[in-house]
Amino acid sequence: MTTADPTAPPSPIEKVKADSRFLRGSIAQSLLDPATGGLAEADTHLIKLHGSYQQDDRDIREERRLQKLEPAYSFMIRTRLPGGVCTPRQWLALDDLATRFANGSLRLTTRQAFQLHGVIKRDLKPTIAAMNAVLIDTIAACGDVNRNVLASANPLASQLHAVVHDWAVRLSEHLLPRTRAYHEIWLDGAPVAGGEQEPIYGPTYLPRKFKAAFVVPPVNDVDVFAQDLGFIAIAADANSTILDGFNVTAGGGLGATHGDAATYPRLADILGFITPDQLLAVAEAVVTTQRDRGDRSNRKHARLKYTIETLGLDEFRAEVERRAGSQFQPARPVSFLSNGDRFGWTQSIDGSLALTLRIPSGRIADRVGAPWRSGLRAIASVHTGTFRLTPNQNLIVAGISASARPAIESLIKQHALSLHETASPVRLDALACVALPTCPLAMAEAERYLPALVSEIEARLHAHRLDGIALGVRITGCPNGCARPYLAEVALVGKAPGRYNLHLGGDAAGQRLNKLYRENLDEAAVFAALDPLFARFATERLAQERFGDFLWRSQLI
Amino acid sequence: MNASPATVMPAPQADSKLTSSLLELSRNLDAGTLRYLSGFLAGVAAERDRAAGNDNPGGKPVADASAIARATVLYASQTGNGRRVAEKLHRQLESQGLAARLVNVADFKPRDLANEKLLYLVVSTHGDGDPPDDARAFVDFLTSRKAPRLEQLSYAVLALGDSSYPKFCETGRALDERLAALGATRRADRADCDVDYQTVAESWSGKALEIARERLQSPHIAMLSAPPAQQMAADRDAPVATEVLTRTLITARNSDHPVTHLELAAPDGRLTYQPGDAVGFWHHNPAKIVDRVIALVGADPDRPIAIDGREYSLRGWLTEHREITRLARPFLDAHTERANNSELNQLHADGKPDALRRLLRDWQPLDVLERFPARWSAGDLVRALRPLTPRLYSIASSRASVGDELHLTVAAVDYLRDGQQRLGAASHFLATPGRGETASVRAYIEPNPRFRLPADPTRDIIMIGPGTGVAPFRAFLQHRVESGARGRHWLFFGARHRFSDFLYQAEWLEARRNGTLQRLDVAFSRDQSEKVYVQHRIRSQGVELARWLENGAHVYVCGDAQRMAPDVHEALLDVLTRHTGRSRDTADEYLKELASERRYARDVY
Ligand code: SRM
Ligand SMILES: Cc1cc2nc3c(=O)[nH]c(=O)nc-3n(C[C@H](O)[C@H](O)[C@H](O)COP(=O)(O)OP(=O)(O)OC[C@H]3O[C@@H](n4cnc5c(N)ncnc54)[C@H](O)[C@@H]3O)c2cc1C
Ligand SMILES: Cc1cc2nc3c(=O)[nH]c(=O)nc-3n(C[C@H](O)[C@H](O)[C@H](O)COP(=O)(O)O)c2cc1C
Ligand code: SF4
Repeated sequence: MTTADPTAPPSPIEKVKADSRFLRGSIAQSLLDPATGGLAEADTHLIKLHGSYQQDDRDIREERRLQKLEPAYSFMIRTRLPGGVCTPRQWLALDDLATRFANGSLRLTTRQAFQLHGVIKRDLKPTIAAMNAVLIDTIAACGDVNRNVLASANPLASQLHAVVHDWAVRLSEHLLPRTRAYHEIWLDGAPVAGGEQEPIYGPTYLPRKFKAAFVVPPVNDVDVFAQDLGFIAIAADANSTILDGFNVTAGGGLGATHGDAATYPRLADILGFITPDQLLAVAEAVVTTQRDRGDRSNRKHARLKYTIETLGLDEFRAEVERRAGSQFQPARPVSFLSNGDRFGWTQSIDGSLALTLRIPSGRIADRVGAPWRSGLRAIASVHTGTFRLTPNQNLIVAGISASARPAIESLIKQHALSLHETASPVRLDALACVALPTCPLAMAEAERYLPALVSEIEARLHAHRLDGIALGVRITGCPNGCARPYLAEVALVGKAPGRYNLHLGGDAAGQRLNKLYRENLDEAAVFAALDPLFARFATERLAQERFGDFLWRSQLI
Repeated sequence: MNASPATVMPAPQADSKLTSSLLELSRNLDAGTLRYLSGFLAGVAAERDRAAGNDNPGGKPVADASAIARATVLYASQTGNGRRVAEKLHRQLESQGLAARLVNVADFKPRDLANEKLLYLVVSTHGDGDPPDDARAFVDFLTSRKAPRLEQLSYAVLALGDSSYPKFCETGRALDERLAALGATRRADRADCDVDYQTVAESWSGKALEIARERLQSPHIAMLSAPPAQQMAADRDAPVATEVLTRTLITARNSDHPVTHLELAAPDGRLTYQPGDAVGFWHHNPAKIVDRVIALVGADPDRPIAIDGREYSLRGWLTEHREITRLARPFLDAHTERANNSELNQLHADGKPDALRRLLRDWQPLDVLERFPARWSAGDLVRALRPLTPRLYSIASSRASVGDELHLTVAAVDYLRDGQQRLGAASHFLATPGRGETASVRAYIEPNPRFRLPADPTRDIIMIGPGTGVAPFRAFLQHRVESGARGRHWLFFGARHRFSDFLYQAEWLEARRNGTLQRLDVAFSRDQSEKVYVQHRIRSQGVELARWLENGAHVYVCGDAQRMAPDVHEALLDVLTRHTGRSRDTADEYLKELASERRYARDVY
């Protein structure tokens, strides 16, 4: 248990927010400063709430230091895309921005959003403006506010999906900051004379980032227990078409710091069941409780999960009920079967077709032999349905009519977008965060190392005649957990260049945290550790038993 | 007054005992202390003179109306060559007991010409046939209608220049003619020095000495001259070999204008410098270029060639003793004769001065040798090429900050002509790591008293230095920060791209963050569709800039002489006319005034 020290001074970021005049700071001036490709220090924090991070190319950071040049600054822009749904027109616009202003790639995130990397300062404004021109904004995509709201992308349950997606949009909008700063800075909106208010957040917003998700069982693709606030959709009937209400979860979160036992991944608690009409009030109550009771002095202790630990679940629930003006009912029973995506062609209940494509690490780029970006652009040019980004960094081409299928199929072939047909289950399910070279917090490679890592795992599995088994593998460049590694059966968590902590024993549906198994291993040591476990798994596993479950049952971890 | 022994300069009461005890004393003192003492003692003497009502300090004899008491060696020098020649002549005069004073043109009132009897003028040419900065006022005056008649004056002019410029020794030539036109008597023919000025300068100085002996009053008794101090500090003719400590490319990899930052060992005493000074290097020519020239001549590179008593192999001559990257008129003329090429002949024909000027500026000897083949024997070629000259680089550090180091900022000259690589000799030599023998280079300090920080540390300074012009400003800021100067700093920098070409960006940004650089205005010409240069920033910051100026700020400009410096000058005039209510003419006057006070100082090349 951890407690907040009420006498501790607020963290410096609190002052930055407080002084920012509702997130304006000096961003506008920083953008115009031609002497640097970066922003003034305070603005680097504020711009996150506008959906962008200042980064630098870490591959050449040392080189530039020696050159007495500032780091190679550029910006990552993250969209707000509740539930991850976008139109082909929006896709084409983003694709165009990727070439014009970014590093030529689009990145699908574990929170169903797009990221552009490598946008230089003077292109920030045109890029954000162009996104808004196709109705994609970036407000609150980052920073101490409610982030992009997740919603299950399950292609089968199309009706319920639509309902839940609507809720995700409504919640996202309900919790949006009200400041006009965004419009002033990026969209040439007229400056506000004053008297601005943030009715939900107040002038210092939240103590820390806040994440909400909607999930439609039995697929837990959003990893709802890793979220600050979760809504598990409860269908009124067995056919899953009508929404009854939600089980509400709170206090999930994965970020941790190596060597700091006061930080840890935590699964969310279930607060109880609510009906849809309660939803916005309950969500707002959770947010304002965190706003007022969260730790504003220590950012490593500021997520809702720690607030709940400090208050105790009962007090927390009571406060939420008080603020929401309504009660939780006992939670409804639910069960989750998997947190992975279902790849390939599926037919929805409404009869339309969807194609779930595997996009490793969500990186959409044109590479030799894999012109995926061109392929998806070609698809977007003919597609009449929607695109859905999945919380596993994959992409669903949804709402395809039967007659359109052959055209799409031939584009898929032409552009080698067929991993869903060819890749092993391990490769299909693996997640990697961005890490190097853009992520400033990365301690080791993740995205760039994933393909080789998976190949090696495949080889080891093959050696034990385990080819074709499902195995959830996730890798992150640091312990922040962006690819939700602590829920995986096998996870590598970066510690230093080429070195990882090995975590083992997650389940297949995102309901169990794994355990730190070995620390600070290089690649050889990782496999030296895994190999004997694979060997025993190969001989001792029960029918259908997953590797993570086996490790617990056999008390190997 | 007659030149009787009594009126001759009173010999200091120096007897051999005093001398020997002074020598004894001096043995234990270092050079710095000795220099300090010489100033101190001169001060004491001046004080006594004043107390005694002696208005003839120094005890120099008062000139009689007919005899010439004293010669004046007046120099106008930008990069120190002329100053060196003048100093040497002055030393020679003094050592022969001939009264002479040495004056920098910046400290000379042009009207005093009317009182001069014997004038030696050493003057170089800069810009495009322009006078050195310091000499502008002097030249303006002399060429104006205000200039007095100078019948009383005898003179001789030594002109310095560079024959690769079309207006070779223009200033010297013009002044020589003008003095004559004003009625002065030319005692010796003007001599024009090319960049290898020594030989010509020495023979001219010889003549100058002769004239002085003829025309000056009987020699005065030489002042107590300390035994020639051991030449401690390196100079052009006695450079020191010094070590390159680090060599770093400070432009990003994708820059098309690579710039290297060098840090050299700069032992105090040998390479002592002040902010604003430059360092000179004797380089070796790039082996690639030497090899090309050798191949074109088709001669044995190792065969010795003797010229004027010196003997080196062809390779030796071309590597260390001859210019093979800078084209000079004499060589071009000689080659034209040999090549007998119509295009080349055409260039020389009248009516093509611009083409010729461009050729001399932009072409290297190799370009000419390759494009217009001609037969050269190794010996003839070496004779026709002009001697190697050192190159200067602004010092980019302050001793106060870097101790016994010296930093510089070298832009690469590396380009293709007709698909062939061409290199700048000295920049290549300095910027290329791991050259054969050692990492040592032969260097000397080239003082630049015209480019000095304000004596008053509370003065603001405005530094305008695009490209490598920023180098001395790094020294300036280091120095002012180290010495706790309270004046403000404003830097204008420009280059092509911020990302790749912002020299010392991290340092400037840090200085801005920590409040030692109050203003930083940058112009990156290719970061947006319209071209932006420092002069645009100067204009757009006009209001504030005018305020700084009126508040006593010093303005420094360093870098490109061809376009930047004149454009910046124009911009400053604009700022003054627009924001201080001055007319164009008074603004111009004002800048001249600032220049003469050294509050507007330029170091352009
Ligand atoms: C892109 C993405 C990973 C991916 O490969 O898809 C990502 C990337 C980054 N995350 Fe994350 N996080 C991403 C999902 C997550 C998740 C997963 C989730 O939300 O479901 C987590 C774990 C859940 C959680 O929040 O507890 C996560 C936990 C963090 C943390 C740790 C937070 C904590 O409580 O300690 C940080 C660091 C921080 O906030 O201080 C972080 C910070 C970052 C930053 C912005 C680094 C930074 O702060 O400068 C990374 C940018 C890298 C880059 O170059 O793009 N990211 N991050 C995901 C973007 C989601 C989105 O669209 O909004
Ligand atoms: C007071 C002073 C201070 C200086 N400070 C610096 C300094 O801080 N940093 C710095 O880098 N330089 C500085 N210079 C310039 C420097 O002295 C050299 O002139 C320069 O480095 C080129 O010399 P080089 O030997 O490399 O080229 P050279 O061997 O002299 O070859 C130059 C020849 O190449 C041709 N050429 C083609 N393009 C170019 C081009 N872009 N530039 C030059 N030549 C070209 C021309 O024909 C020219 O004759 C300074 C000069 C002076 C007088
Ligand atoms: C920027 C620049 C421009 C020059 N322009 C001329 C010129 O037009 N004509 C000329 O004869 N010499 C020109 N020179 C050469 C100098 O006059 C020559 O280097 C001379 O030795 C310098 O003497 P100083 O050091 O006393 O100034 C120029 C030199 C520089 C650095
Ligand atoms: S897990 Fe760490 S390394 Fe990976 S993206 Fe998140 S913050 Fe960066």
